[in-house]
Amino acid sequence: MNKMETTDSPVITSLHQSDKNERQSENNLDSISEVEDLITLPRMERGKETTLIDTSSEDNLNPKYLPVDIQKEETVVFDVSETGKPSEDNGHEDSGEFVVAMLARGNLEEQGVCTKRISSPLSETPLEASSHWDEDVTAESWRQHRKHVFVLSEAGKPIYSRYGSEEALSSTMGVMMALVSFIQSGDNIIRSVYSDEHTVVFMQQGPLVLVSVSSTRQSEQQLRNELLYVYNQIVSMLTQASITRIFEHKKNYDLRRLLAGSEKILDGLLNLVDFDPSFLLSAVHCLPIASSFRDSLSQILQKAITPNLVFSILIAKNQLLTIAQEKMVIEDAKLDPSDLHLLLNLIGASSAFQAGEIWTPICLPSFNPDCYFYTYISYLDPPECTVCLLLLSTDNEAFYAVAECKRKIEEAMQAQNALTSIAKAQSYSVSQVGVSDLRHFMYKPFDVPDNHHQLTQFTSPEMEAPYDSEEEKMRLLDLYRDMHGRIHSASRPLKLIYRVAARETLLAWVTTKFELYTCFSPLVTKSCAINAITKLLRWVKKEEDRLFIRYPPKYSTTPNASKS
Amino acid sequence: MSARGNARTNGNLPQTKICQFKLVLLGDMAVGKSSLVLRFVKGQFDEFQETTIGAAFLAQSVCLDDTTVKFEIWDTAGQERYHSLAPMYYRGAQAAIVVFDITKPETFERAKAWVKELQRQASPNIVIALAGNKSDLADKRLVEYEEAQTYAEDTGLLFMETSAKTAMNVNELFLAIAKKMPKTDTQNPTHAARHRGVNLQDPDAQSSRSCCGN
Ligand SMILES: Nc1nc2c(ncn2[C@@H]2O[C@H](COP(=O)(O)OP(=O)(O)OP(=O)(O)O)[C@@H](O)[C@H]2O)c(=O)[nH]1
Ligand SMILES: [Mg+2]
Repeated sequence: MNKMETTDSPVITSLHQSDKNERQSENNLDSISEVEDLITLPRMERGKETTLIDTSSEDNLNPKYLPVDIQKEETVVFDVSETGKPSEDNGHEDSGEFVVAMLARGNLEEQGVCTKRISSPLSETPLEASSHWDEDVTAESWRQHRKHVFVLSEAGKPIYSRYGSEEALSSTMGVMMALVSFIQSGDNIIRSVYSDEHTVVFMQQGPLVLVSVSSTRQSEQQLRNELLYVYNQIVSMLTQASITRIFEHKKNYDLRRLLAGSEKILDGLLNLVDFDPSFLLSAVHCLPIASSFRDSLSQILQKAITPNLVFSILIAKNQLLTIAQEKMVIEDAKLDPSDLHLLLNLIGASSAFQAGEIWTPICLPSFNPDCYFYTYISYLDPPECTVCLLLLSTDNEAFYAVAECKRKIEEAMQAQNALTSIAKAQSYSVSQVGVSDLRHFMYKPFDVPDNHHQLTQFTSPEMEAPYDSEEEKMRLLDLYRDMHGRIHSASRPLKLIYRVAARETLLAWVTTKFELYTCFSPLVTKSCAINAITKLLRWVKKEEDRLFIRYPPKYSTTPNASKS
Repeated sequence: MSARGNARTNGNLPQTKICQFKLVLLGDMAVGKSSLVLRFVKGQFDEFQETTIGAAFLAQSVCLDDTTVKFEIWDTAGQERYHSLAPMYYRGAQAAIVVFDITKPETFERAKAWVKELQRQASPNIVIALAGNKSDLADKRLVEYEEAQTYAEDTGLLFMETSAKTAMNVNELFLAIAKKMPKTDTQNPTHAARHRGVNLQDPDAQSSRSCCGN
């Protein structure tokens, strides 16, 4: 409770310190003030991979980084990082040039310069011509999408494309695959390609290759995280073990057979990734409700248990109300927010869950990528279908027992008239904080009680005017993403960013206790903003019992001896 | 005759016998399994019915003379990735509806494969019905009525052409199955509820398990 209050003064001090630093550097950094680490902090989310391209670095002389011109002065820089063994710098220059030629070809095809789809000269199996596609992949509008995402197999077979059908794009995918496999053969892994307009990020996960082609100016790490979500959503449906097994058996297996019907889930995921900051922050957003009410919901879940039940999750309007977890299981492995995001996306992406009581295997990839949980899914308020109960068991035979738990939960909730209270619950307005000029914020605390078992959470008000249109929402999120990228930059992480943009002023700040992104009206002064943040932190402290799940409930369901 | 009047879990009239059966729907994706079930249970049809994930459990009762037959229905997903899970849903089922789409011959072939699998691996006394769905799309028909009927006769299946869209033969199909179910059961509903999924006909069904923790 007092933890945060006691940090109030150091908080102010470090802000002032940074203020000075900023003033010194203000000129050369334009309107963006950046402050390097003042205190040593645990660097969160710093990727294991450390090579990030820096176009301005002297590495440009290194043959590994080849600036090449393709079409209209677009500068493309390759970032080819070594894998494993110490590098034997030989022949990379050649491979780089070759790759660039391939990419240029891919680029031409994408841009419709070649009107006929040609299959890639490098792909071993001829790629069939497309029969139909939703979107004309040669059209200008197709190229204009902010972010394309492709998934293909190592053999170059298309698996998923965010826009247009995979088949129509098979030549483009073939070129991408050719790139990847060529670089791989030289013991390198192609990681990213930069041009003035696009960032192309490649990621290999087992037998799958994922590619993001983005004009969003997001950091490579962010795009990589997004690709990981896509991969994990696929794993959540098939498990990693079975994907590996399938491709071991048959290298050019068409994985679309097994993913039929799930394009919508992946489309929905990429949409959420763009609009829901939960993914950026790797944290869960819960619906604000009185802590006493949340506690009583938690108790209802805690009481309705059966052997092998491991997670009981209650969600409303696609936000978390409460989650009860099996003690022993949670001691083994923590439930990762990303697994919850995948679950929430799955539920939101399909109306099929409204049809009755669902019993389906679902894998939580961060928890265990090779195993299924048998998941019971049922809405508690048909026909509106806004309040959803998820019960995850390790026992595939447990449906009837788990369904009985749902009935207990339903009865207990009815007795308290809980559905009516849940229906009234809603996100809050930034005006409730009572800080003028503050338009929006995202606050992710680290100093939660019972940290080991805790789900990482964040809180954020509704996006209101001027951020109430889709474009404006996206613009603000892009500003946040940019600051997030700088704060978590692997090469030069920052603790504080004060940025005066054209239409708003933003301040991002990370400490050992929290990560915070704020957006103010453009006329706010720096000292005003600092004051406002102090007030905001006090408000969050005061409201934290309502905004967060403070003590996630646990239960103990003695595992059945007969089941392993 | 309509099943609609019955509340999902009622049937506590002293003079009616209650029988409860587990019924599973199998068939290729998009043949209309969920549509048939939703037509039967809720009287609805959705042009944009979404593909099932895993399997959906629903219940509906029909009245036959002095007996209320309560179906506990497993509407399974036709997507290939769920095929290996099918036994989990059809194990212990006393009835199955194998569905194909009369406009898609490959779904008829797939239906035959399901029938084979059921005859090999499901409860020995399972009643299997074959449903040729989307009969409203007569102009696109590619599986002849006679062909499917001959196959059903040879294999000992109930057969009907249905349309979830127009409701043709939907209640009739479930009713025909209900008629074929053994009515020897005299268990009261509370008892029956405790033994969901138990094959009432076959006392030594290996799948018998009482699950609810009372
Ligand atoms: N014209 C017509 N369309 C139908 C009929 N039954 C279902 N459909 C349509 O066919 C499509 C697929 O129906 P579903 O009920 O989802 O099929 P399913 O067998 O449950 O599919 P999966 O859950 O993927 O296995 C939907 O667009 C339905 O509207 C029918 O009798 N006539
Ligand atoms: Mg279905």
